Amino acid sequence: MAQSDPQPLVIAGRSFHSRLFVGTGKFASTAEMRAAIDGSATEMVTVALRRIDLSRPLEQQDLISAIDRSRIQLLPNTSGARNALEAVQLARLARELGGGNWIKLEVTPEPRYLLPDPVETLAATQELVKDGFVVLPYMHADPILALRLQDAGAATVMPLGSPIGSNQGIRTAESIRIIIEQARVPVVVDAGLGAPSHAAQAMEMGASAVLVNTALAIARDPATIAEAFAWAVLAGRSARLYGDLHSSERMPAAASASSPLTGFLGRPSQDNSGN
Amino acid sequence: MSFLEEFQRWSFPGVQQRIASSNGARVEQALSRSAGQLDADDLIALLSPAADAALEQMARQAQATTRLRFGKTVLLYAPLYLSNICYSQCTYCGFSYGKDIRRLQLSPEQAEVEAGLLHAAGIRHILLLTGEAYRESSINYIGDCVERIARSFASVSVEVYPLKTEDYLSLRWRGLDGLAIYQETYDPRRYAAVHLKGIKARMEYRLECPDRAGEAGMRRIALGALLGLSDAASDVFFTALHARYLMQRFWQTQISISLPRLRPATGVDDVASIGDRDFARFLFALRLFLPDAGLTLSTREPAPLRDELCGIVATQISAGSQTSPGGYSDSGAARQFEIEDRRTVRQVADALAARNLDPVFTDWSPALK
Repeated sequence: MAQSDPQPLVIAGRSFHSRLFVGTGKFASTAEMRAAIDGSATEMVTVALRRIDLSRPLEQQDLISAIDRSRIQLLPNTSGARNALEAVQLARLARELGGGNWIKLEVTPEPRYLLPDPVETLAATQELVKDGFVVLPYMHADPILALRLQDAGAATVMPLGSPIGSNQGIRTAESIRIIIEQARVPVVVDAGLGAPSHAAQAMEMGASAVLVNTALAIARDPATIAEAFAWAVLAGRSARLYGDLHSSERMPAAASASSPLTGFLGRPSQDNSGN
Repeated sequence: MSFLEEFQRWSFPGVQQRIASSNGARVEQALSRSAGQLDADDLIALLSPAADAALEQMARQAQATTRLRFGKTVLLYAPLYLSNICYSQCTYCGFSYGKDIRRLQLSPEQAEVEAGLLHAAGIRHILLLTGEAYRESSINYIGDCVERIARSFASVSVEVYPLKTEDYLSLRWRGLDGLAIYQETYDPRRYAAVHLKGIKARMEYRLECPDRAGEAGMRRIALGALLGLSDAASDVFFTALHARYLMQRFWQTQISISLPRLRPATGVDDVASIGDRDFARFLFALRLFLPDAGLTLSTREPAPLRDELCGIVATQISAGSQTSPGGYSDSGAARQFEIEDRRTVRQVADALAARNLDPVFTDWSPALK
């Protein structure tokens, strides 16, 4: 039995007991998508605004009505936006149509790898925060950009593990490690997680949550693999909280010196046995 | 938002109790983590008496971390006391209000002359100090001194009474790049007991002072606790939390920590004495918790201890210090505290070089302000 997480994840005042966020693109059917959401037990689901008819209220649309918003935070995303202006317009439209004020900011001007534009993402974050949005920006694993987004008021930062849809896992580990070390908002590893082991790795590294989409959408059985991801996230989180994870990174023991470094401090006092 | 929010999530007696009850297994677990990957529980373990048995291992890990982040260098700086006039009544301080001592405030011209003596000795990073006398040592007066001294020094910091953000901004325009502000103790009960009068009696205003300096874009902020006022390990814990918070919020600012051990000054007797092993353990723990924090040793510490600790963990030390206004030209005014390491700047530099450490005098440019 997995140990339960003693601290729910809190973003903008809302608590999440699941640290697995799920995307809704690329599924074979709404039924499979719904099965994946159920299997994952997620409480945060992102939906591409470009997949929605923005001329009708959101609740009347299949993709949205498949999401139980009493239990799940809807996170509209701006994928497809090529610059800050487009992203901000999409976000405002979504809010007007009843999508709420949470927004996953994606500004991806280049259609092949869908890598996020740092300059436009920062500008859009500043604008949306001023406008009262809870902004979760998708970003490259750039530690300074992460700090700048936090300064701008981002509610989380969402660095990529590897390009969207590549299923390559975490290829940006060293930068994500620095982002996590310096973060004062939750760090959500987004994009590129192709297997539950990748999600576990992100959580072991200290990520607050992960977002998975393609790996579920293209699986033979999305519901089952979604459940496997959920277990992996729990396992990684437990290992982070309770495990001894750093033995492989342990400081190399210095060659045994003939004189100890602390010789000048004298001997320990007798009552310091430590137990 | 300020450090106050984080501070209020902890209780000083609670931390003290957790430090006292840590154990060897917990210490071992903390030491299995890479430097910089330690959490608050790990820090509690390493500050605890249980970590004394692992002191040599802590020293080795702290030394390796220090060398990686700072190399084989130690920055030298010197304090310049502008004034010992003070309206705060701090029971442990030689300058405390009401003490019958010789009071003196340098004019900005005299301050420049004093600074010239330090400059001639090679010092280029300088710390200007006053008591908490906001009328005599006004913002304007401090600014006048900063402006004159900044002409010939690479870096000018102040250690004065807590100011408002706009005052820090105005001083930055006049050439200031750093602030030192010691909380003295993070124990609210003890804080109230030893700060009887003056602005300093307002603990929360002081706790938020580094936030205000950070908001003003200060390039370096030095924090510290005066060890001996309350439970020393707990004060080190809170200092470390404070430093980590500031590093996260003001990520463009260099944070350093100093842990002065309270030494005899006129009329102080109710303080615990902190042994060298405990003192060293605190510094090693800080290094492993905050690999990038500067760690400062003052001339309160004796020369042999300073030299040894520079070889392991310290990254900046004061040298050739006088702790009275006009002290470098023998004014005869009262000192804030007695100095242990009385070597000249040159002697300190030579001692570092003899240990294969580079004594650094200039590590900043006024062009970067």
